[in-house]
Amino acid sequence: MTPITPYHYLVLSAALFMLGVIGVMTRRNIIIIFMSIELMLNAVNINLAAFSQQLHNAVGQVFAIFVVAVAAAEAAIGLGIILAFYRNKETLNIDEMNILRW
Amino acid sequence: MFESILFYTLAAFILGFGVLVVTARNTVHCVVFLVANFLCVAMIYVMLGAEFLAIIQVLVYAGGIVVLYLFVVMLVNLKRGPDAAPDRRRQSRVGFVLAAVMLAEISAILVYSAARPASAVAAAAATPLQTVGNTEVVGMLLYTDYLIPFEVASMLLLVAMIGAILLAKKEI
Amino acid sequence: MPAWLPPPAVLAHLGLILVVFNMLVLSAAFMVWMERKVCAYIQDRNGPNRVGFEGVLQPFADVIKLLFKEELRPKAADALLFAIAPVISAAAAFAAFAVIPFGTSTTLWGLLDQPIPLQVTDVNVAVLVIFAITSMGIYGIVLAGWSSNSKYSLLGGLRSSAQMISYELSYGLALAAVIMLAGSLSLREIVLNQAGTWWGFIPRWYVFLQPIGFLIFMTAGVAETNRAPFDFPEAEQELVAGYHTEYSSMSFAMFFLAEYVNMVTVSAVATSLFLGGWLGPFLPDWLAWVWFLVKVFLILFFYVWMRWTLPRYRYDQLMEFGWKYLLPVAVLNLLATAALILWIG
Repeated sequence: MTPITPYHYLVLSAALFMLGVIGVMTRRNIIIIFMSIELMLNAVNINLAAFSQQLHNAVGQVFAIFVVAVAAAEAAIGLGIILAFYRNKETLNIDEMNILRW
Repeated sequence: MFESILFYTLAAFILGFGVLVVTARNTVHCVVFLVANFLCVAMIYVMLGAEFLAIIQVLVYAGGIVVLYLFVVMLVNLKRGPDAAPDRRRQSRVGFVLAAVMLAEISAILVYSAARPASAVAAAAATPLQTVGNTEVVGMLLYTDYLIPFEVASMLLLVAMIGAILLAKKEI
Repeated sequence: MPAWLPPPAVLAHLGLILVVFNMLVLSAAFMVWMERKVCAYIQDRNGPNRVGFEGVLQPFADVIKLLFKEELRPKAADALLFAIAPVISAAAAFAAFAVIPFGTSTTLWGLLDQPIPLQVTDVNVAVLVIFAITSMGIYGIVLAGWSSNSKYSLLGGLRSSAQMISYELSYGLALAAVIMLAGSLSLREIVLNQAGTWWGFIPRWYVFLQPIGFLIFMTAGVAETNRAPFDFPEAEQELVAGYHTEYSSMSFAMFFLAEYVNMVTVSAVATSLFLGGWLGPFLPDWLAWVWFLVKVFLILFFYVWMRWTLPRYRYDQLMEFGWKYLLPVAVLNLLATAALILWIG
């Protein structure tokens, strides 16, 4: 077996990112779409950590921590919007979230 | 050898749980698979020597953010998920096509970069590995060079907190 | 020694893991007995006294009874999550103990070339590891509550997770103050920093530097382990048995075990952070772990004492206390500690 290089991590991260994209594109439950976005953010973090190890520079990890902070903010606001929407329309289907589209 | 086995096992778990997150019918199952996925990603961080990031991943992501998702899923508790509704405009097929295009793009980039490794990368790999504790290094960077982004992130979280309260409250 | 065996250090390490695991199970069993006995004496009864000397073997009899009971599952329950929820709870409870040191190092009377520390693993982010694993334990409770498909379970699960998330903040801030004093995230180093005495008779334990932090930690610890007076997730009078209402047999035993192991872990963390871990006078180095056990069981006794003395609060009082009083005090404590460290140097 070949030793594990940053390239392996990049392939893994690309595959995970693709799964996220497929989830966002094909699912219609808004909560699952949010979770797919979290998958994509994780893929980005794997990339940052892999490069940080390869370049022996911790800045990549610092940025990964910022990504986590932004993900936390996004989850709080996004889930707040979902709950508010659910109270009004009793659905989580993203196809029906079109009241602003005029 | 050991590293390879570990990596391929973890990668298989990460992608497997990822597939389950995207395909599972039950939303609560999705959340559970997402947690499992995040835990495996945390182990990948440990392999990469980023212990502090791994802990943050478990503590903030798996232990905080996903609990929030679980709460919302439980509060909403749909009898019949939106994915059971008829897909009138066949959007999921369009979605698959778009995702395939993106997959092609990313793999093209990967193949291209594998054929031509950047020279700067090879030079940097020659410098000795830092042996100081990972937490200290990250902490130093966060509180010196990246102090302003750090403060901006804390502002962002504060604003998000206030916004979430405003959104969730019925009457203000 | 035959060649196919792994090196003695590896064997010793595996043995250590086994010892720690069994010690936790035994502590939990002993704790169950202690709880029933102390409760009985507080209520002027005798408590269990049939199985073994003064009923010491009662917990084992209970476990055997539970093993032979029928495993029930509600028809509408989610089979997968219903099955894994108790496993998550128990695994999280046990895993946290892996980073807690309970003694100095040993060579097992000269059997090993290199002394091994009495600790499963010494990671340099130990305090955060404990914190992270504790936060994983929430999933067991929430999923148990949801997957049972019963309103009592769901309410118990929701209450419990809200409570644990709220109190985790104060818990973490109390930890942070100690971390600042010690300048390290490794529990072994934190304990070693508490060696020595002031003026020859007061041990240099952080409980004397951080009395408020210790109180916050203990209060939050009670809420984290869902113990009375904060035992809302399983408030018998309101919620039957909370999140484990629908569980029976071994799955119930696992929740039960997880609860008691969690208490042992919280006490062990409190001992390491505030009470100097295994450090103590009179005993030789290789018996230092006795001090550790003594301290842990004193804290556990305190927990039991509190449970049978104080009545349960109301749920809104708990949330108000956590967010409006405990958290601000913890933040102020942290700020004051930081300012003092900067000022004194």
